[in-house]
Amino acid sequence: MIKTFHHIERITGSVIEVKASDVCMGELARLEVKGEIRLAQVIRIDREKVILQVFGGTRGVSTSDKIQFLSRQMELIYSTDLLGRIFRGDGSPIDGKPSLTDGKQTAIGGPSVNPARRIIPRNMIRTNIPMIDVFNSLVESQKLPIFSIPGEPYNPLLARIALAAEADVIILGGMGLKYDDYLFFRKKFEEGGNLSRSVMFIHTAADPVVECLLIPDISLAAAEQFALEGKRVLVLLTDMTAFSDSLKEIAIFMEQIPSNRGYPGDLYSQLARRYEKAVDFEGAGSITVLAVTTMPGNDVTHPIPDNTGYITEGQFYLHGGKIDPFGSLSRLKQLVVSKVTREDHKELMKVMIQLYAETKQVQDKISMGFEPSTWDHKLLKYGEMFELEMMDLTKVVPLEEALDKCWEILGKCFSKEHIPLKKALVDKYWR
Amino acid sequence: MRSGKVIAINGNMVTSTFEEKVIQNEVAYIVLNENLRLKAEVIRIHNEFCDMQVFEETNQIKVGDSVEFSNELLSVVLGPGMLGTVFDGLQNPLYRLAEETGFFLQRGKYIFPLDPDRVWKFAPSVNTGETLKGGMEIGFVNEGIFDHKIFVPFNIKEKCKILHIAAKGDYKIKDRLAILSNDSGKEYEINMTQTWPVKIPIKTYKEKLLPDTPLMTGYRIIDTFFPIARGGTFCIPGPFGAGKTVVQQTISRNALVDIVVVAACGERAGEVVEVLREFPEIKDPRTGRSLMERTCIICNTSSMPVAAREASVYTAVTIAEYYRQMGLNVLLLADSTSRWAQALREMSGRLEEIPGEEAFPAYLQSVISAFYERSGLVELYDKKTGSVTIGGTVSPAGGNFEEPVTMSTLSVVGAFLGLSRQRSDARKYPAIDPLISWSKYQEQMEENLLKTRSRTWVKDILKLHDLLFRGEEIYQQMMVVGEEGTAMNDFIIYLKSYFLDSVFLQQDAYDDVDSFCSEERQVKMLYVVKKFVDKDFTFKNKDEARAFFMKLIGTFSRWNTEPRESEEARELEVEINKMLEGVL
Ligand SMILES: Nc1ncnc2c1ncn2[C@@H]1O[C@H](COP(=O)(O)OP(=O)(O)O)[C@@H](O)[C@H]1O
Ligand SMILES: [Mg+2]
Repeated sequence: MIKTFHHIERITGSVIEVKASDVCMGELARLEVKGEIRLAQVIRIDREKVILQVFGGTRGVSTSDKIQFLSRQMELIYSTDLLGRIFRGDGSPIDGKPSLTDGKQTAIGGPSVNPARRIIPRNMIRTNIPMIDVFNSLVESQKLPIFSIPGEPYNPLLARIALAAEADVIILGGMGLKYDDYLFFRKKFEEGGNLSRSVMFIHTAADPVVECLLIPDISLAAAEQFALEGKRVLVLLTDMTAFSDSLKEIAIFMEQIPSNRGYPGDLYSQLARRYEKAVDFEGAGSITVLAVTTMPGNDVTHPIPDNTGYITEGQFYLHGGKIDPFGSLSRLKQLVVSKVTREDHKELMKVMIQLYAETKQVQDKISMGFEPSTWDHKLLKYGEMFELEMMDLTKVVPLEEALDKCWEILGKCFSKEHIPLKKALVDKYWR
Repeated sequence: MRSGKVIAINGNMVTSTFEEKVIQNEVAYIVLNENLRLKAEVIRIHNEFCDMQVFEETNQIKVGDSVEFSNELLSVVLGPGMLGTVFDGLQNPLYRLAEETGFFLQRGKYIFPLDPDRVWKFAPSVNTGETLKGGMEIGFVNEGIFDHKIFVPFNIKEKCKILHIAAKGDYKIKDRLAILSNDSGKEYEINMTQTWPVKIPIKTYKEKLLPDTPLMTGYRIIDTFFPIARGGTFCIPGPFGAGKTVVQQTISRNALVDIVVVAACGERAGEVVEVLREFPEIKDPRTGRSLMERTCIICNTSSMPVAAREASVYTAVTIAEYYRQMGLNVLLLADSTSRWAQALREMSGRLEEIPGEEAFPAYLQSVISAFYERSGLVELYDKKTGSVTIGGTVSPAGGNFEEPVTMSTLSVVGAFLGLSRQRSDARKYPAIDPLISWSKYQEQMEENLLKTRSRTWVKDILKLHDLLFRGEEIYQQMMVVGEEGTAMNDFIIYLKSYFLDSVFLQQDAYDDVDSFCSEERQVKMLYVVKKFVDKDFTFKNKDEARAFFMKLIGTFSRWNTEPRESEEARELEVEINKMLEGVL
């Protein structure tokens, strides 16, 4: 049933208010602006006042424009025909091919998974990047963002991990994506014949800002359907900062009291609802979510990275083209480290990082003009080797090879009784 | 039944009309259709309208939908079978929900929390003719390792006579076990269950006592330096990734208490799954039974509805109080109280209340302190004692402790275990910062500690704690004047402090052996460490000093992780002793 109204009472930013009846929360509406259709969604109702967010923005909207309520919520038409296709956030194709018509009508932003139906993830995702595989192993069903300042090569890193990951399906959700980056992803996916196992939902920097709000939900709804069919799905969301900023924009137009630097108090819950879609289903597939969060002003205490860090299962900091060994963390690594990986992995990663942390202190000391001690010299040598062998992102090193390298570095820099490693391991691996 | 009509929807807040009357904090249902009723709680009444927080997503609600008022406050059902169970914030059993609704939670689907068909062996402990009041025992059933007491419902304030009491035998939870009558002849029928409103503390005990016994967690830095008391409170604030959840999870596994109630409040589902899937497999060394048998999980993770998150901590503490009434020591761990505070903030914003700092409501402090006040060591009617200890993590925005939730919590708890980003970045786990943390219980439990640990315990700990401050001071100086500019004596003090930190304060939660350190072992270790600290060393130069301590730390760390009775452990101990005597 389509209900049509003609009077828009208020327009603020991308939010409009209309007088309407028999409309429900979350309902979709079509706003017709000079023959062009814009999608809107009901976000608040107060008696006959209905407030909507207009995904295409309100530029040029007239108070007498026609608004039609569609009596349905946001949906995705799901079938495996999604594979190889490129869409906008509202599900309309942008690859020149026709829209999907046959398929399962699937609610977007559906309910949470019952925790009782989740299982403990147990498969490592290999990336052949030592900073990840050795020190912060990625695990199937993990949700993990790359924290980065604008300008760092986060999208190439994302693409590299995605293509190494051996997922059944890759879903790219682009938000505020530069057109070049969009082309970059498309090229990367086409190159290795990966297009046939991927779906792209794209919002570019040229599109109306709040339209990017649709991207995570539609990407994750599609991922969920593939996962329920037993597929291991990898979802890439770049850049979640654009998404969060759109939430902020809407909150401001709604005159909500901000909690922190203008961001709404429910930013945490909003982000969590998306990231928590990452799952390993009992008796079906899985969803792994890799995201990008660009940090305004390189400040990790900014509300976006801060709230994200509290939600995700770790983070990779990308600094100066390198993955930072200290701030970076994979909270799921202990599920696979030395369980599915080699016995020495667990101890090694701990000791290697502790020593590198000491190295950093020594470097600080020296930069202040102090004499290094004998021990300091050992550490300095260690630091150099560590950076060269472990941190260089251009290197492709399988995990086992990287672990061997770790022992080699330790052996070259220290004598074994100074390193707190289990005796059995030292006996077996020290060289 | 009283009813009303929806007139406004704002996020998870729905405003409704009502007929005749409405009760503050009563439960109401919004009826979308005959199969879909959404649970809500009345939180404000103004003129002819009431505002409700809905415990579900509010999509598809529209103006004119009908509302049914229940006449009951938000409550939980108390009775046998809660242990080993996983509930959501409103006490729906998640495993049984999954049997009905599959992979996903279904809006508006509510299930009775306890299994109505399960048969329990009841044994009466009173006779007809005896007089009892609410909170007194009429008998018990066996719930795993515990005698689960069946009480006269806590809300019966007056003395009642037992007219009938069931004989020993098999009963289901809803079977009648007793009939009581009060002076004016009013009769009460009692079964194994009772309902209790979650926001009201259970107070059917004689008196509250001062907590004076340590609650052992197995973490050296906590038990030795910042101990927690049975019946006390503590908080664990820290930036993300600093290790709050890991600390709580290891405590929930290892703590020497009878029962652990875990409230997973607004954090990751995956973390609950780890508990859910692992605990049934882990044997509790003290009872030989699965850890799950002493655990109850309340799980309202971050993607579950926000209002139910607020309810979840109250559901958890009510269940904890209930088991305390049986003379048990209960530990409640809430992760994270900040998410609950945020739920309050969201609702306060929708109510358009005057916001306090960071938009938190002005009453935040009083809500937090009322919650922690529900902890305590109590003497029960039967002279036994029971306790509820409450520990909550706090997730401060930006990792900065100068924010409303952390500050409010610090002003009410007995111990503060503050995690620092610096320590966690350097992988010094648990990242509890010894320079900022404190516990008021060291003093409060002094008598006990001196008796069980050593006659000089408290003094010794203070001294070692001082060493940590001194070490940090010297380290800071060293950053300015360099190692050369630091006196040998100071340098050795710094190394001693570094040693104490490395081998005693740090502990790997994932190491099979080191993740739990018994009280006996802590005392033994501490005095080994102390011998090194007290010893006057003479070294030729700083390099020699450093090499000595590095080797000591290496040996000691290995000693920590080798199985206690192993050959390796004995050899390492010998080696450590030799180092002390200067043989090596
Ligand atoms: N005691 C510990 N021993 C070993 N590793 C730890 C310890 N505490 C924390 N960690 C590491 O830090 C990570 C983050 O800890 P977590 O408790 O999830 O942080 P938070 O809850 O504070 O965000 C863990 O996944 C683990 O790798
Ligand atoms: Mg946590």
